[in-house]
Amino acid sequence: MIEGLDALKLPDSGARIEPYWEHARAGRLALPRCAGCGRVHWYPRAMCPFCLSDDIQWEESSGRGTIYSFSVMRTKSPYVVAYVRLDEGVTLMTNIVDCDIESLQIGQAVSVRFVTRASVQVPVFTIADQTGGSR
Amino acid sequence: MSIKGQAAIVGAYEHPTRKAPDKSLAELHADVAKGALQDAGLTKQDIDGYFCAGDAPGLGPLSMVEYLDLNVRHIDTTETGGSSYLSHVAHAAQAIALGKCNVALVTLAGRPRSEGMATGTALRVHGVSPPEAPFEIVYGPTVVNQYAMCARRHMYEFGTTSEQLAWIKVAASHHAQHNPNAMLRNVVTVEDVVGSPMVADPLHRLDCCVISDGGGAVIVARPEIARGLKRPVVTLLGAGESPRGQNAGQVDLTTSAAARSGAAAFAEAGVKPSDIKYASIYDSFTITVLIQLEDLGFCERGQGGRFVADGNLISGVGRLPFNTDGGGLCNNHPANRGGMTKIIEAVRQLRGEAAPAVQVKNCDLALVQGMGGSIAQRHGSATLVLERTT
Repeated sequence: MIEGLDALKLPDSGARIEPYWEHARAGRLALPRCAGCGRVHWYPRAMCPFCLSDDIQWEESSGRGTIYSFSVMRTKSPYVVAYVRLDEGVTLMTNIVDCDIESLQIGQAVSVRFVTRASVQVPVFTIADQTGGSR
Repeated sequence: MSIKGQAAIVGAYEHPTRKAPDKSLAELHADVAKGALQDAGLTKQDIDGYFCAGDAPGLGPLSMVEYLDLNVRHIDTTETGGSSYLSHVAHAAQAIALGKCNVALVTLAGRPRSEGMATGTALRVHGVSPPEAPFEIVYGPTVVNQYAMCARRHMYEFGTTSEQLAWIKVAASHHAQHNPNAMLRNVVTVEDVVGSPMVADPLHRLDCCVISDGGGAVIVARPEIARGLKRPVVTLLGAGESPRGQNAGQVDLTTSAAARSGAAAFAEAGVKPSDIKYASIYDSFTITVLIQLEDLGFCERGQGGRFVADGNLISGVGRLPFNTDGGGLCNNHPANRGGMTKIIEAVRQLRGEAAPAVQVKNCDLALVQGMGGSIAQRHGSATLVLERTT
């Protein structure tokens, strides 16, 4: 669906980010929270961008959030690029998948799942079950 | 210390080509350097400072200084994408004020059109090992879909419409009809813009700038040197620069670093937005213009759509004539970097050398706004305030 992805070689993000990838391989979205200042940042860094502490703790995200903005890329196979604001307060770039691309709205609730891109597991989002998935 | 009044733009040249398959990149840089020298009435031997950015060939200043056999004592390669050249002008003024050089040459050139580059729609990895890549590039971000997200969010928060954005292109096209070198010279309507194919919702093809080869150069000199030349003196009154990213996860797509660079430039110049007679505004997309106009204080936040509508940016019609050469939206966007051509058209306006149909009357104070990278990701803004002083 996204042309050119297969040929991508991603840069090495370093050993300090490895816990993130371990969670991702298990289908879990881990967020970096600084043990020094208590804040969550995104994208993951080797040290906290707010206070430069390197004591980063990985905590599992609820995987829930809302669409902050999005665009349908009108390529041969259209895809949706989006920013999703997680319930934990950070906003991350992602795709909205398995959705009706013509009816998406800012503010819609979404939930995470993982797919393989450029040989790594990455979080993408689907429209959350409006009927109450937790029942 | 301020750079107010410390330097003047004495030479400006825009390459007339829009497609240059038979020219090398270094040749284009050399062409515009020669053109700017001729425009200034200076010789190569007068240049003692050289500025270039990431578009320069080879090892940048080392390659171009060698290619042109320049004898310089000061170089600067600040790289902030399309806004780099505004920073170069500001840094040249700083260097001149500190006695590091007297006459600085700034060049830009590129040939993405001849190279068949899909500038706005292809995946691009910038620089060496970008740390965000595993968290962004895997989702297919392109220049156009990133700015499209800015537009969508602006529409959501403020009720901005595609028709209002279209007015920015319409205004640019009204200007481009008078520029024989412009790539798109036909006047378009709001209906033409919103009826053009969707590239990345909500941005249409005509919301996007052109892809062109070409380049441009300016020469910045000490005021005493400027006064000895035959052209009107275009003096730098103020400058501001600001980079911004995603604030470590606190994304805001409806404002940009132009708020900071603009405030700094206005403060240094001692002028306010309502004093500006002409504005060159970076126009990679229609939404880019709208966000910067708000950030610079030409209108209130959220009011950009109303501000640009009904021809308010058309010279002779509206309150703020902008991009009277047709801008990136219609004229050219050499090397995918619009900062240099923004400076050049402001110089033309201040000299009274713009196309007669779009020349702003008594144009003695102009603003130049540049933006590099992507407002939706990491970007660099730079702002200049220029005044005609003779």
